[in-house]
Amino acid sequence: MNRHDIIIIGGGPAGLAAAAAAREAGVEDVLILERDVRLGGILNQCIHNGFGLHTFGQELTGPEYAERYADKVEELHIPYKLKTIVADVSADRIVTYVNAEEGVQTVQAGAIVLAMGCRERPRGALGLPGYRPAGIYTAGTAQRLMNVEGYSVGKKVFILGSGDIGLIMARRLTLEGAQVCCVAELMPYSGGLNRNIVQCLNDFNIPLRLSHTVTRIHGKRRVEGVTVSEVDENRRPIPGTEEFYECDTLLLSCGLLPENELSRAAGVKLDRVTGGPVVDDKLMSSVPGVFACGNVLHVHDLVDYVSEEAERAGRQAAEYVRGGGGDGETVVTLEAAGGVRYTVPQFIRPDNMADSVTVRFRVSDVFRDRSVAVYYDGVRVSKRKKRIMAPGEMEQITIRKDGFKAGIPKKITVCVED
Amino acid sequence: MKSYQLTCIQCPIGCALTVTVGDGGEVTVTGNTCPRGAAYGEKEVTHPSRTVTSTVPLEGGALPRLPVRTRTDVPKEKIFDIMAQIKKTAVKAPVRSGDTVIENAAGTGVDVIATKTVPAE
Repeated sequence: MNRHDIIIIGGGPAGLAAAAAAREAGVEDVLILERDVRLGGILNQCIHNGFGLHTFGQELTGPEYAERYADKVEELHIPYKLKTIVADVSADRIVTYVNAEEGVQTVQAGAIVLAMGCRERPRGALGLPGYRPAGIYTAGTAQRLMNVEGYSVGKKVFILGSGDIGLIMARRLTLEGAQVCCVAELMPYSGGLNRNIVQCLNDFNIPLRLSHTVTRIHGKRRVEGVTVSEVDENRRPIPGTEEFYECDTLLLSCGLLPENELSRAAGVKLDRVTGGPVVDDKLMSSVPGVFACGNVLHVHDLVDYVSEEAERAGRQAAEYVRGGGGDGETVVTLEAAGGVRYTVPQFIRPDNMADSVTVRFRVSDVFRDRSVAVYYDGVRVSKRKKRIMAPGEMEQITIRKDGFKAGIPKKITVCVED
Repeated sequence: MKSYQLTCIQCPIGCALTVTVGDGGEVTVTGNTCPRGAAYGEKEVTHPSRTVTSTVPLEGGALPRLPVRTRTDVPKEKIFDIMAQIKKTAVKAPVRSGDTVIENAAGTGVDVIATKTVPAE
């Protein structure tokens, strides 16, 4: 069986940054496996600007941001296989992949970086009543059809869900001459960034209806319209609030799901909240030598954070194949409590941790003038006031190794307080 | 005197700004919590600008469409003029990211450039 020191599954922003970081950390034998016909992943279809403010201090478009990392991979002569599907990953790090040139291949990896990204929640997972006419797309599918393939997806469009992709598509469709009649959001707040609400909806007078959802899709062969209802605080439609919108297309921007079929096959333990692997401070999963980064680990709102996280995973994978470090016996659990939905990583191994570890998390609601508090075994060690926190914006805290001088806690709790 | 209601986009707080323009053209911003908000409010009312991104048909490359953008932001009211010009434009591969696709788009003095490198097939 062929062997590679590090195999990276996925050639999107996470995979590219992980590969470059692993090589720069001194591991020569790195291989990227990518199922698409080109590197760059989803950024190829994100033709709007706003990427890279943190990393490059510039507002790049998705293709430009991807190209910088793809160029780096080329410059470092890191090999990659395109049009290659990974069919299986085992707990002892045997990767089975398939492509047209080589057929089915099995290779042994010294370490694996999972960087498969995420996919959109489809109509079937939303329970929208009605027939199954043409004209219903997830927002990202419509984005690909328009921006990569050059198709027009509809003339009169209704968008359900105010996630960033839906907002971006509202503007894109408008610029291309379609009429976007409305964006409806089930929650009482938008899941998208403020900036996108202003520049994608307000700029074009597209209404955003919060606490509303689609309760019927009309049309048998093609979408002819949708019925929209207001929802109560339990997100249940309120009878008598139905309104009809005529449209030929319905876009769904209702959340992203980390794509972890391969992780599951390898026996990687998954977090029920993030949908991604449970990882330690080195971004290593429950399976030794298997690391995770980017949207397969947890869904990010900024690609800049994906790149940073992936570089960390790449470096740690390199450290692992060199036999460095070692895990240590001690484990500190990170607990997400009141107002905090999850943390990544979910635990820290302090014996061999870096001087500081970035812990990312999301809050469960919109909080104004509240604080993020951190407890070590029930004793508060920090409290930081925040003007605003929202589920759509990832938050972070830093855990410092020298903060453990007084003793290593068993549990670190992160929560929102007054 | 004219008054405008805006949401600030400089940070996640999203302050509700009220921007008033006096008869003599003097601009006052209220509702902001920081100087960035004041600057944003004034610019949005006096000369709002945006980066326009789209795609053009691409011949002879591996991809049927080439993503493009304005090199810098352009006056907001020129967005649809620039889109009309983009719709009349087609490009032949090879093309490099940063290459000019349309010079001086809609008379703004700003070029539309390619945002992806596509070799000829």
